[in-house]
Amino acid sequence: MPRNARMRLVSIPLLALLAAAPTLAQGDTLAQVKARGHLVCGVSGGVAGFSMPDGQGRWHGLDVDFCRALAAAIFDDPDKVRFIPQSSAARFTALQSGEIDVLARNTTWTLSRDTAAMNFPVITFFDGQGFLVRKSLGISQVKQLDRATICLQQGTTTELNTADWFRTRGLSYQVVTFANSEQTLGAYESGRCDAYSTDKSSLYGERLKTAHPDEHVILEEAISKEPFAPGVRQGDDAWRDLVAWTHYAMIDAEEAGITQENVDRLRGETLSPEVKRILGLEGKYGQGLGLTGDWAYRIVHHVGNYGDVFARNLGDGTPLKIPRGLNALWTNGGLQYGPPIR
Amino acid sequence: MLQALVALALAGLAYLAVANASEKLARQGITAGFGFLARAAGFDIGQRLIPYAAATSTYLDAFCVGLLNTLLVSGLAIGLATLIGFAVGIARLSPNWLARTLAATYVETLRNLPLLLQLLVWYVAVRVALPEAQRPAAWGGAYLSQRGLVLPRPEFFGFGSLVPLAFGAGIVGAAVWARRAARRAGAGAEPGRFAGPALALALGPPALAWLGLALAGHPVGIAWPSPGPFGPEGGLGILPEFAALLLGLSTYTAAFIAEIVRAGLNSVDRGQGEAAAALGLGRAKALRLVTIPQAMRVIVPPLTSQYLNVTKNSSLAVLIGYPDLVHVFMGTVLNQTNQAVEVVAITMAVYLTLSLGLAALMNAYDRRAAPVTR
Repeated sequence: MPRNARMRLVSIPLLALLAAAPTLAQGDTLAQVKARGHLVCGVSGGVAGFSMPDGQGRWHGLDVDFCRALAAAIFDDPDKVRFIPQSSAARFTALQSGEIDVLARNTTWTLSRDTAAMNFPVITFFDGQGFLVRKSLGISQVKQLDRATICLQQGTTTELNTADWFRTRGLSYQVVTFANSEQTLGAYESGRCDAYSTDKSSLYGERLKTAHPDEHVILEEAISKEPFAPGVRQGDDAWRDLVAWTHYAMIDAEEAGITQENVDRLRGETLSPEVKRILGLEGKYGQGLGLTGDWAYRIVHHVGNYGDVFARNLGDGTPLKIPRGLNALWTNGGLQYGPPIR
Repeated sequence: MLQALVALALAGLAYLAVANASEKLARQGITAGFGFLARAAGFDIGQRLIPYAAATSTYLDAFCVGLLNTLLVSGLAIGLATLIGFAVGIARLSPNWLARTLAATYVETLRNLPLLLQLLVWYVAVRVALPEAQRPAAWGGAYLSQRGLVLPRPEFFGFGSLVPLAFGAGIVGAAVWARRAARRAGAGAEPGRFAGPALALALGPPALAWLGLALAGHPVGIAWPSPGPFGPEGGLGILPEFAALLLGLSTYTAAFIAEIVRAGLNSVDRGQGEAAAALGLGRAKALRLVTIPQAMRVIVPPLTSQYLNVTKNSSLAVLIGYPDLVHVFMGTVLNQTNQAVEVVAITMAVYLTLSLGLAALMNAYDRRAAPVTR
């Protein structure tokens, strides 16, 4: 009998822990966020241009600004966000357990993740696996890397993509893999490999870490699709809508020529009906999202449109200098396309 | 009674742990079991001793590639560390001041620096000092660069593949013959006396086989490496990761083996060496015939521990990108399959088996080599 008692003693807290986890995740996220007074946003915490704190502890990046835009739409205050860095292993659990309201952590939207763990309302950044090579090699296309040595970080989809890509084209390569990105970049830079391959958005930051960034070039081609999307819990359609439309509002604002710099001036002018609808001067589109009519104005006023955010964190004004590429508006040949606000 | 209770409690805890783990895994949609080993691996491995292709090979094949890479580097490192260790250990007791001092410096330097640091020195500092891949140093068909050493590789066509077998047979035959001859000649006979005939026995058959097969149209060729756009290609490549791990492991372990050898030699009564000298044996012969055989009794048990250390330390390969068992299996395979419990259990079982096997082998040698006590 004492054995049974002991088993029960051990198992009760365990069961309680297991039973408690799913209940936390239930409910109306927007109501919880409003009641709490701030948004809790899961970020990566160490990717230049996406989410990284500066010397004063202030967060910067595309993912960070997305959460700020969400907070601006809800509270009219972009600083009512708490950022919690998430490891790649813990990120999905953190969302499911309710520790964070939204996961903005350069996470690739895949079918298995979508069905198993969470929902991906919208693609905020179109990425793909790219290659960093020395300029002196004179290479402009990935297929010219036939018979080359390639450095990769192990345990990532990068290993699988590279194997598939070279095999299906009948090309060969020699692979060297390392456990983390520092070792991989170090081996590439010291001459062990001809190319270093990972997500293109990361390669821009990695190139800056080399001793002579000018001597390296990132090939334009991408060999895989890596659509980065914020993640929300399954079963909360209103919250999912709000997250999606936060991004669409920034896209639509950019398309309509509304920027952070001119938004206040535009408000006083005679405008096209389209701009009026975005700024909340016509119709009551914010209500459907559980917000006020000027929700999109708040986003652009506090954070900016998608182009402002891109330029501030990734574009020519930053050391990264990532071209818009696939992330240009659809009107400029890119893939960023916002459904109409009406 | 108390012991029974403790045993029951332990069993209960183990049961709880297993039940809890399997429930958690089931909740995360991870199926337990070893079925994943039959699934396609899909990734490439830089060094493979058996045929392996990303598209067709399974996780089990990837496991075998990693295991063989571990065995290769551990086996060679054990051999090399033993050679260096014995040489340095003997040199430490040399009457020559320079040899003695150099040996002591070697031991004290390598023994007192962390192995990890030494591996990084071999991998990073030494490699960076080598020529660039596009401008390799070349000697007699071999190329040395940051991409490693590329050697001409013997190639065998048709029945030509019998040539290496003939080589093997010749060497085994020579060893057996020399042993028998030495035994026939009686105690104290010099095995070296039989070196000439043994060599003939070792090299004769393969040379004849080569000649015969070449005449019959089954030639034995050599694949010469050539400089390619991205560095030397073809031939037999020795990766820098492999070379760094092999050199790092052997030179580090050799420092410990040298101390073990020194201790072993010192444990032999001085009178033995003096008696050998009195009989007119030179220092080298006295060492080989009198001192070392007696020292082996003391040397073998700690030597076994060093061999086990080499095998386990080879897993530091992860830090310099050598695709050993831990790197391939616990790195890539675990990450892709999420079968953490199974992968870690298999890896632990492998190292346990390797260590126990090696220890059994050394114990068997120890028993055989032990002198008959009077």
